[in-house]
Amino acid sequence: MSRLQLITKGIIKENPTFVLILGMCPTLGVTSSAINGMGMGVATMAVLIMSNMVISMIKNIVPDKVRIPVFIVVIASFVTIIEMLMKAYVPSLYASLGVFIPLIVVNCIILGRAEAFASKNGVIDSALDGVGIGLGFTLSLTAIGAVREILGAGSIFGYTFAADVMPLLFILAPGGFFVLGYLMVMFNKIAKR
Amino acid sequence: MVETNISREVIQGFATGTISVEAITLFAVVIGAIFVNNVVLSQFLGICPFLGVSSKVNTSLGMGMAVTFVMALSAVVTWSLQTFVLVPFGIEYMQTIVFILVIASLVQMVEIVLKKVSPSLYQALGIFLPLITTNCAVLGVAIISVQKDFDLLTSVIYSVSIAIGFALALVLFAGIRERLEVEDVPQGMRGVPIALITAGLLAMAFMGFANVVPLP
Repeated sequence: MSRLQLITKGIIKENPTFVLILGMCPTLGVTSSAINGMGMGVATMAVLIMSNMVISMIKNIVPDKVRIPVFIVVIASFVTIIEMLMKAYVPSLYASLGVFIPLIVVNCIILGRAEAFASKNGVIDSALDGVGIGLGFTLSLTAIGAVREILGAGSIFGYTFAADVMPLLFILAPGGFFVLGYLMVMFNKIAKR
Repeated sequence: MVETNISREVIQGFATGTISVEAITLFAVVIGAIFVNNVVLSQFLGICPFLGVSSKVNTSLGMGMAVTFVMALSAVVTWSLQTFVLVPFGIEYMQTIVFILVIASLVQMVEIVLKKVSPSLYQALGIFLPLITTNCAVLGVAIISVQKDFDLLTSVIYSVSIAIGFALALVLFAGIRERLEVEDVPQGMRGVPIALITAGLLAMAFMGFANVVPLP
C-alpha cells in the first residue's frame, strides 16, 4: 500500500465511523454542533498519531503477553497531555466536550489501530496511518455535527441563519441516533458505487 | 429542591421527619440515573455493547448483571483512590491513567475470583467480563462521580443505578431487535442503521422522563 493510500483510505474505504463502526460513544455524544465534532476529531487524531508512533517504536521491546496494558498506558498518557493542553488553550471546547475527552482512552479506534497496524509497521507508516484514520474520523464527526447543527439549531459553525424555527430534537439525544443512522445509509449507498 | 412531582407520600414523610433529606437526594440520584439521564440513551456511554451485544434478551440480561457488578466494585475502588491517593498527593491529573488501569485489572481479578468462588455465576457472566474493559460507561461513570463530588455511599448508589439503567436500555432494545429480525427492512437500512434509528425512537420515549425529579 502506497503512502498516499495510507492517508486517503480512512476517508472512504476504511472510514472508522461509517464503515468500521468504531468509537460510537464520542461520535454520538459530542456531535451536537459542527465545531464540537471537529474538536473531538482533531483531539482523537492527535492522540492516534502520537500513540501509533510510540507503539511502533517500542513494539520490539514489549513482551507479547503484556502488550495490551502497555498500549493502554501509552494511549492514556497522550490523552492526559491532550486534556491538559485543551484545558489551557481552548477552555470553552474543553468544557463542552466534558467527560468525552478522558474517554478517548477507551475509544476502540485507537487501541484497534495500535494492535492492527502500529504493532506491525514502521514509525513513518504508523504516523501516516494515524493521519489517515484520524482524518476520516474528524470528517465524519464534523459532517454529523454540521447536519445536527443545521437541522436542530439553524446554524453552521456558530453562524446562525434560521434561529428558533428548527426542531431542537436534532440537538438532543434522539437526533444523534437518527442523523447517524440515515447518514450511514447514505454513505454506504455512495461508497458502494 | 424538592419538586412537586415527587409523590405526595414522600413529601408527607419528608414533612413529618420520617424521611430524611439524604434519602430524598439518594432517591433523586437513583431515578435520575436510571430514567432521566439514562446512560445509553441520553448520555451516550456504552454504545458499543448496546449495539453489539443486545440482539437477544437473555444475553442482554447477563451483560447488564456483569456491568452492574463491575461498576459497583469500581465505584468503591476509584473513589478510595481519588480520595486517599490522588488528592492528598496532588496528582489529580493522573486520574485517567490510574482509573483505566484499575478498571482493567479489576475486571481481570473479578474473572479469576469468580471462576474460583462461584463457578455457576462465572458460567453466567464469564463471557461478558472481558468486554467490560472497553465499555466506556465504566470509566465514564467513575470520572463523572469524581466531577460531581459524591461521597462514597452516593457514588456507589449512583454507579449501580447507572448500571441498572444500562441493563434496562439493553433489555428493552434487545426485545425490539428480536422482533425487527423477522420484519422486512429495506436493503440499505439492514443491520446497524435500523438499530440506530430504533435507538433514536427509544431515546425519544425516555425523553418523557425529563424533569421527573430534580437532578442531583
